[in-house]
Amino acid sequence: MGKKMKLTRRVFLVGGAAVGGGLLVGYGLMPDGDPLSAASLLKTGDGEVALNAWLKIAPDGTVTVAVPRSEMGQGIYTALPMLVAEELDADWSKVTVEQAPVDPIYANKTLLLNGLPFGPEETGMVPDSTRWAVRKVSEWLGILATGGSSSVRDAWVPMRQAGAAAREMLIGAAAKQWNVDAADCTAENGAVIHKASGRKAGYGELAATAATVERSGMPTLKDPKDYKLIGTSAERLDLPAKVDGTAEFGIDIRLPDMLYATVKASPVFGGTVKGFDAAAVKDMRGVEAVVEIPGAVAVVADSYWRAKQALADLPVEFDDGGNGGVSSESIRQQFLDALDGEDADSYRDDGDFDAAISTASTVVEAEYAAPFLAHATMEPMNCTVLVGDGTCEIWSPSQAPTLVQWTAADILEIESEQVTVHTPLLGGGFGRRAEMDVVAQAVAVAKQMPGRPVKLVWSREEDTQHDAYRPASISRFRAGLDGDGKPVAWWNRIASPSVTESYLGRHWPWAAMGGPDPSNVEGSADMPYSVADVRVEHVLSKTPVPVGYWRSVGHSQNAFHKESFIDEVAHAAGKDPYEYRLGLLGDHPRHAKVLETAAKAAGWRTPLPNGRGRGIALHESFASIVAEVAEVSVGADGAVKVDRVVCAIDCGIAVNPDTIVAQMESGIVYGLTAALFGEISIEDGRVVQENFPDYDMLRMAQMPVIETHIVESDGPIGGVGEPGTPPIAPAVTNAIFAATGNRIRSLPLMNQGLLVS
Amino acid sequence: MVTLKINGKSHQVDVEEDTPLLWVLRDSLGLTGTKFGCGVAACGACTVHVDGVATRTCVTPVSDVADAEITTIEGLAQGETLHRVQQAWLDAQVPQCGYCQSGMIMAVAALLKETPKPTDAEIDEAITNVCRCGTYQRVRKAIHAASA
Repeated sequence: MGKKMKLTRRVFLVGGAAVGGGLLVGYGLMPDGDPLSAASLLKTGDGEVALNAWLKIAPDGTVTVAVPRSEMGQGIYTALPMLVAEELDADWSKVTVEQAPVDPIYANKTLLLNGLPFGPEETGMVPDSTRWAVRKVSEWLGILATGGSSSVRDAWVPMRQAGAAAREMLIGAAAKQWNVDAADCTAENGAVIHKASGRKAGYGELAATAATVERSGMPTLKDPKDYKLIGTSAERLDLPAKVDGTAEFGIDIRLPDMLYATVKASPVFGGTVKGFDAAAVKDMRGVEAVVEIPGAVAVVADSYWRAKQALADLPVEFDDGGNGGVSSESIRQQFLDALDGEDADSYRDDGDFDAAISTASTVVEAEYAAPFLAHATMEPMNCTVLVGDGTCEIWSPSQAPTLVQWTAADILEIESEQVTVHTPLLGGGFGRRAEMDVVAQAVAVAKQMPGRPVKLVWSREEDTQHDAYRPASISRFRAGLDGDGKPVAWWNRIASPSVTESYLGRHWPWAAMGGPDPSNVEGSADMPYSVADVRVEHVLSKTPVPVGYWRSVGHSQNAFHKESFIDEVAHAAGKDPYEYRLGLLGDHPRHAKVLETAAKAAGWRTPLPNGRGRGIALHESFASIVAEVAEVSVGADGAVKVDRVVCAIDCGIAVNPDTIVAQMESGIVYGLTAALFGEISIEDGRVVQENFPDYDMLRMAQMPVIETHIVESDGPIGGVGEPGTPPIAPAVTNAIFAATGNRIRSLPLMNQGLLVS
Repeated sequence: MVTLKINGKSHQVDVEEDTPLLWVLRDSLGLTGTKFGCGVAACGACTVHVDGVATRTCVTPVSDVADAEITTIEGLAQGETLHRVQQAWLDAQVPQCGYCQSGMIMAVAALLKETPKPTDAEIDEAITNVCRCGTYQRVRKAIHAASA
């Protein structure tokens, strides 16, 4: 029986909510270990003792925290160890980090919650029980995945518990050794202290005995007022290796006797290999093999450069899979037809929009468009695979190591337990590395070179032209205002492909049923502004262009659409766009505070000289609320420069403030790059852009000054990797409007008669 | 056979003369601190010093640098002592994913050798490396700190 059957039994779709979309429900084996006791999962070195699945202690007192999430720049190799170290009362200068193995114990139980159609603050039987069910499902599926700004949110309880449980065991060990009551011992900075007798022992001395201490139940967690580490800007543990060249990314893996491969896939989406002439290149120096894999050909050689040279010379023909006629223009027309049609999926229908709009004294209408976008991680796609006899070892810089394991097992028709997955550092992820395309290719190539490790590396051109893109979309709005300019009716219809459907179709085709996908409307259907009669709809409009999770997913385009339109509505009402938003946030005090913080810090009411303008945008995503004010100069020649961005975020609990600031800066640059230059266009069924010269990136010269303010709150813990991205595009276009009166309704800016470099 | 002098050491490599220096460093010599980003000299991830000058190695044929002094990120520190740019990078907590940072640090180290106290405009002109994590604000702060 093949692996496919096993996967089929493990995962099936019931529709509803989930991986940002349809609810994946699985059944099968519950993870049989308890993370607080499954110490055996961790490999221990000389004298090291693991106290549970999250941490081990060396004789010199070094605490190694096992992190089951992928470090892709977001600082997770620091934030997660901080949670353990806080409750462990560890000496932070002795804390180090290693990647946890792939095991269902470490499953991400929060990621799928992003797909639920209600916010983190909403309670009640349906939201509560659905959240519970989704957490259970995640536990059953046992998928290790990094995305959806979920890592700290997911680890917040279990990793603190792991630290606290280990602290109890260390205290128990000391009490036993000293023959005193554990209640009279305290832990501090990596040591247990018995105050009455003045005795003190370091964790390194106590670890071996601590491992034999029996404990039960959930450990007691600290009162947040006693935190010493959480809430501080602890320096990142991964940075020393990132300034001296020793950090090992996936692409840096080197193994004895390793071969190098590079691929060329059909340039037209859905195309297949018609034929190629291996004889033309097989005698080139270093070439070991030319192999066909699904939809692509690969050259295997003794170095990347020789493989690349041979691939460039290889005569190969593809068919177009029937998609040769697809273009950006045909897709645009398809979206417009979809918007004009009768059918749409309703995601929100409050009150009676039709009645409310008919009584409105002013009606405002607008249509916005956003393009396909590539992720363009700095580290090109790569994966290294060694296929043995019934076994497989993989080094994959992936956001979903469990899926890497399943993908290899599936292709090789072996048990997933026979696949060992290593996750080196990721040179950027942004959702691109949740895809299994490169893994599947590398396994398919290595399968043909058994016993020899093969490192597959894509060219930048291959990456730009074979991404799973941020979907293009068109979003139509109609709002009705009453005599005072207050919005009384709000309609929004969006046409786009569905990320969830596309992702499921690539990974589990039998599960892609085109069910509801909240990511289509996220940020639009759940906008915080008070309007009584609201209808938000989506029309699924599929294209051959694969779409995937791009930093902030549906929020990335919906924030541009929604925050631009509310600005238009404010101007139609003759109101200041900041004051207008604030007036609609009566039910959302946290949003109001974030908006006020950003506006105040930006000096919202301070006049600017001619040719300069300020724009504001507010958006909640991944359980965090972010407002951004952009200050923009527009020259007489149309040259746009974003001078300054003021950002305010409420993410509930701020574990590491400097990391939050860094992620706001990062998210803003990512979104601003897209707003200025980002466009993947399609001609003849293929991507036009190839590399950075025609898919340009923001650099030092275009970098605005960014100021970030963290707003204190008692809200639930929110994510920080993505929420900085959505508000920046509308903040900038609203500022361009303030400066020039030119309302931008389509991105990128470089296509709008503006100069952006 | 091409002979190269890298980080003060001589290496003989058996590669075609038009092989870009980047791939010789990474695949032949295992100096993987120098990164592949675009292959067309557009992003700067592959920057090293060739006779002290910041050079994008993905388009530099190895035969062009046979007689030159090459310094890569692995050779920037003096033993255990970090180069002041590396130290400034840690102090300002610059890197995120870190993939572009070897090239960024090498480009900045070369700039400071030429222009010890660069203005913001000079930084914008000289440092055109791409950082997809958007660390530019901290890069600027660290450059000013290292040139103080």
